[in-house]
Amino acid sequence: MAVGSGPPRLPGALVALLMAGLCLGTLIPLLLRTGEGGLVGADWAALRFTLVQAALSAGLSVGLGVPVARALARRRFPGRSALVTLLGAPFVLPVIVAVLGLLALFGRSGLVNEALGLIGGPRMSVYGLHGVVLAHVFLNLPLATRLILQGWLDIPAERFRLAATLGAPIWPLLEWPMLRRILPGAFAAIFALCLTSFSVALILGGGPRATTVELAIYQAIRFEADFAGAAQLALLQYAICGVAAGFALWLSPPALGGGGLGRSVERWDAAGAGARVMDAAWIGGAALFLLLPLGLAVLRGVGGLSDLPVETMGAALRSVMVAVSASVLTVGAALALALRAGTLAQLAGALPLAASSLVLGTGLLLVLRSVVGLSAVALPVTALVDAVASLPFALRALAPAVAEIEARHGRLADSLGLVGARRLRVVILPLARPALGFAGGLAAALSMGNLGVIALFAGPGQETLPLLMAQLMGAYRMEAAAATGLLILALALLLFWIFDRGGRIDASS
Amino acid sequence: MLRLEQLELGQGSFRLVADLEVPRGASVALMGPSGGGKSTLLAGIAGFLAPRSGRVTWDGVDLGPLPPLARPISVLFQDNNLFPHLTALQNVALGLRPSLRPSPEDRQRAGSALVRVGLAGLEARRPAELSGGQQARAALARVLVQDRPLVLMDEPFGALGPALRAEMLALTREVLDGRGATLLMVTHDPADARRLAGAICLVADGRAHPPQPAEELLADPPPALRAYLGLTQAT
Amino acid sequence: MNPTRAAIFALAAAPALAQAQDAPVLTVLTYDSFTSEWGPGPAVEKAFEAECGCDIRFVTAGDGAALLARLQLEGATSEADVVLGLDSNLVAAARATGLFAAHGTGAALDLPVEWADDTFVPFDWGWFAMVGKAGGPAPKSFRELTESDATLVIEDPRSSTPGLGLVLWLDAAYGEEAPAIWDALRDNIVTVTPGWSEAYNLFLEGEADLVLSYTTSPAYHLIAEEDAGYVALPFEEGHYLQVEVAAKVASTDQPELADRFLDFMLGEGFQGVIPTTNWMYPAVTPAAGLPDGFESMRPATTLFFPPEEAEARRGPAVEAWRTALSQ
Repeated sequence: MAVGSGPPRLPGALVALLMAGLCLGTLIPLLLRTGEGGLVGADWAALRFTLVQAALSAGLSVGLGVPVARALARRRFPGRSALVTLLGAPFVLPVIVAVLGLLALFGRSGLVNEALGLIGGPRMSVYGLHGVVLAHVFLNLPLATRLILQGWLDIPAERFRLAATLGAPIWPLLEWPMLRRILPGAFAAIFALCLTSFSVALILGGGPRATTVELAIYQAIRFEADFAGAAQLALLQYAICGVAAGFALWLSPPALGGGGLGRSVERWDAAGAGARVMDAAWIGGAALFLLLPLGLAVLRGVGGLSDLPVETMGAALRSVMVAVSASVLTVGAALALALRAGTLAQLAGALPLAASSLVLGTGLLLVLRSVVGLSAVALPVTALVDAVASLPFALRALAPAVAEIEARHGRLADSLGLVGARRLRVVILPLARPALGFAGGLAAALSMGNLGVIALFAGPGQETLPLLMAQLMGAYRMEAAAATGLLILALALLLFWIFDRGGRIDASS
Repeated sequence: MLRLEQLELGQGSFRLVADLEVPRGASVALMGPSGGGKSTLLAGIAGFLAPRSGRVTWDGVDLGPLPPLARPISVLFQDNNLFPHLTALQNVALGLRPSLRPSPEDRQRAGSALVRVGLAGLEARRPAELSGGQQARAALARVLVQDRPLVLMDEPFGALGPALRAEMLALTREVLDGRGATLLMVTHDPADARRLAGAICLVADGRAHPPQPAEELLADPPPALRAYLGLTQAT
Repeated sequence: MNPTRAAIFALAAAPALAQAQDAPVLTVLTYDSFTSEWGPGPAVEKAFEAECGCDIRFVTAGDGAALLARLQLEGATSEADVVLGLDSNLVAAARATGLFAAHGTGAALDLPVEWADDTFVPFDWGWFAMVGKAGGPAPKSFRELTESDATLVIEDPRSSTPGLGLVLWLDAAYGEEAPAIWDALRDNIVTVTPGWSEAYNLFLEGEADLVLSYTTSPAYHLIAEEDAGYVALPFEEGHYLQVEVAAKVASTDQPELADRFLDFMLGEGFQGVIPTTNWMYPAVTPAAGLPDGFESMRPATTLFFPPEEAEARRGPAVEAWRTALSQ
C-alpha cells in the first residue's frame, strides 16, 4: 500500500502493546519477588490433568457443536433467533450458578438421579473427570456452536444452489472444507478457556485428582506467598495456550457472530424426513442440555428474590457501569486490533484467553498500589480486566466484518482521501455497526457475570453483583445469593440485547 | 501528459511492463485478454500498487511518492463505487471533502452534479434504492465534482445493458470533454472503444503497448488483439 | 469517547468523595464478608468511631487466606494499621514475615485453649464440625464415618482455611494413622470444593449428607431462619479449633489508634455482635451471654495445634491428604 492510505493502524499497535503489558508485564513484579519458584511433582500431576480435561472438553464441545450448528443453519422455526441468543447464556453465567444449575440436574439429588431412582435404576455420580468435562461442555458448547454456525452461514448461498444443480454431495464439497478451516480455531479457544478453569474442575472433579494448574497458582499465592512460583505457573499456562493458539492461527480462525445469525441457509439436501428428525433431535437435545440446568438455576433464584439485601440495588448499578465501561473499552481495543489486522494483532487478541485472573489481578495490584489508592481504582480496574478478558471474543466478532469492509470499500475510501480517523468515522464505524453492537453486547454480558479482580481491590460499599453474590454465599445466605445470580443473568441478557439491537437498528447495508 | 517510464508492476508471479505516453485530453481504451493486467495497470497509476521499478509522471511530476488522494486522479471501479450507508448526495460530496456533513456550498455543487448526470430529485436515496444505471450516474457525478485532470475507469458500466452503456459512455465523454480531462478506461467491447476513444492501448503478454488510433488498430489488429477479439487469422 | 471518560471518572470519584474528612484514619485490612452489611463491620465501625473520634476505614482482600498474601505483597509500605481475620493456622507464617508489632493486651479470653501471644489477638473462634440434617446420618467419629455410607463435602486445604483445619484436625486426632483414615474416607467424600461457601451450597442442595463447617452453623439456621433442621455432629475424637486473630501492623502510622482498636476489639461493642453476625464464638463472652440456640452442640474435647506446631505440620498433613485422595 502506498503511503497515507488505509485505516488507522497505530492504535492497534498500542492496544497490542497494552495487552502484552497487562497479560505478561504483570508477571514481572511477581517474578521479581522472592519465593520458592520451580515446579514441584504435584504441579506436573496438575498439568497432566489440566491438559487431559481441557482437550476432552474442547474436543467434545466442538464435536457436539457441529451437528447442532448444522441443524440450526438449515432449519427455520419460530423463536430460532431467541433460542440462539438464549443458548449463549451459560457462557455468561457466574461459574458457581452454572455449577449449581448442573447439579440440580445431574447431581446426587438432581432430576436425573431422582428419575433413575423412580424406575429403580442405578444412581450415577457426576463427580470425576466426566463431571468436569460435562460442565465444561455445558459452559462452552454455546461458544462452539456459535463459531461453527457462523462458518456455515458464511458459505455463500450460490454454492449450495450450484451443488444442488450439480447433484453434488454437499459434505465433501462445501461442509468439510469449511469445518476444517473453523474447527481448529474453535478447539483452541475453548481449550484455552478450560485450561485456566479452576472452580469447575475442582468442584466436579471430586478431589485432588482433579487439580488444575490454576489451583496450584491459587495455592502458591494464598498459602505459600510464593509469588514467583505463581508467575511461573502462569507462564506455563501461556506457553501451553501459545502452542494451541499458534496452531489455530496457522489454520485461520473463524468469525464469531456479528453478521446475520438470524438467517438460515436454504438447502436442498435436508428435506428428507430423516434429516428433519435428526436436526430436531440435535436442536432439542442441545436446548434441553443447556436450558434445563439454566432453568433450574433460575428457579433457585426466584425463591430468593425477596431475600435480596438492600445493597443489591447499588451493586447492580455498579455492575452495569462496570459492564458498560468494559464493553466500550473492549470494543475500542478490538476495533483497533481489527483495523491493524495481521499476526501481531491476532496474537495480542488471543493472549487473555490464557491469562490467570488471579495472577493478572495480583500483578496489577502490585503495580497500581504504589501509584494510587486501590479502592479509588477498584471499579475502573475491574472494568479494565473484564475488558481484557472479553477482548478475544469481541475481536473474533469484529475482525471479519472490518476485513470485509476494507476489502469492499478500501480502495474507494483511499481514492477519496478517507484515511485515518476519517476512514473510521465515515466508512468503518457506520458499516461495522452490527458487528460492533454484537461485540459490545457480548463484552457487557461477560463482564456482568465475571467476578474478575474486584475482590482484590474493592473496599466496603464497592461490591459488584458477582462479589455481592460471593459474600452472600460466604454468610450462609444461599437463597439471596441464588437470587443475585438470577439478577446477574437477567441483566447480562438485557445488556446484550440492548447493545446488539442498537447495532442493528437503522443499519441499512 | 501521462508518462509511464520503464514502469514495471507485479503481483506475485504476475508481471506487467509499460513504457508509454498519453497526451493530455486524450481518451484511451485499455483492451486485452482477461488477466492481461489492465486492472493492474490502473492500480499502478492510481497509487494502489507500488511499482517494482520505473516511474509514473504527470506533466513531468513523479507521482511515486504521492498517496492515491494526492494524485491528480479520480477513479471508478468495477463495482462498489458508492458507500451503501450514504445517500447519493453524501457519496458525491465525498468527492469534494472527506466528510459526512458537506457544507452548503458543497451540497450545492454535489446537487448540481447529480442534476448534470440526470439524477435530479434522487439526492436523498441510498445506493440500494437506485437502479444499476442510476448508481453508475451517481458515481460519475462524483468524478465530475472531483474535477481531476486524469480519470481512470475500470469497466464501471460492465454490468449495464448495451443501450444504457452507450448512454453512459456518451455522458462520460460529454462531461469530461468539456473539462479537457484525460480518460483511461478498461473495456472489453471494441464498439465501446470506437465510441469513446481516439486511441486503444493493448495490454497483453505482460506488456502495455503505446496507444494507437482506434480505427487504425481495429482495421488491422496485431495478432494479440486479433486473438482477443476472436477474429480468424485469415485476411 | 466522552461517555467512557465520564463513566470512568464517575467510578473513580465515588469512593474519593466519601472520605473527605480530617479525623485520623485507622485502616483495617480484613476479609470482605466481615465488612458486608450483614457482617460485624457496620456495627463495629459505628461503635468504635463513637468513642475514638477517628475514622475507621476497612480495606478488604477476599477471604481470610488472602489477607496474609496481601500483606506480604505490600510489605512495609502497606497502608493497613491493623490486620483482622488471620487464621490461627497461619499465625506462625504471619509472625515469620516480621510485619507485625506486639500489642500486649491484658484482657482475659474465653477460649477453650491457652492463648498467650502478645502480637496476635483472638477476636473470635469456633470448632470445626461435620454438619448434617436432623434425622440424617450421624456418625459419632471419623472412624464411624469411614465405615458408614454417609456422604461428605469438604474444602480443599490448599485454597481454604476450613480445608486446612480439617487436615490438621485429622492429624491432631490420629497422628500417623491419619493417612489411613483419609484413605478410608475417600469413598465417603463426594467432592472437594475450593472454599467453604461452595461446599455449604452443595450440602444445602442435597449433594451430600454432611459438610465440613462449624459447630455454630446450625445456630444460623435456627436463629436467622428459624429452621431447626440442621445439626452439628459431636465427634468422639474431639473437635479442632479455629481461632481468628487480629494484629497491629509494624509499619503503622497510627500505633496508638491501632492499640486502642485492639483493646476495643475485646470489649462489649465488638464482641457482642460477633455471634449473630460472624456466627462464631466471641473471644470474650458478652455480659448477656450467648444468644439462645447458639450453642446447640459443645464438643467435649478440643483439639488444637499452637501456631508454630500447626505451621510445621501443615505441609506434611496436606500432602498426606493429597496422596490419599489422589489415588
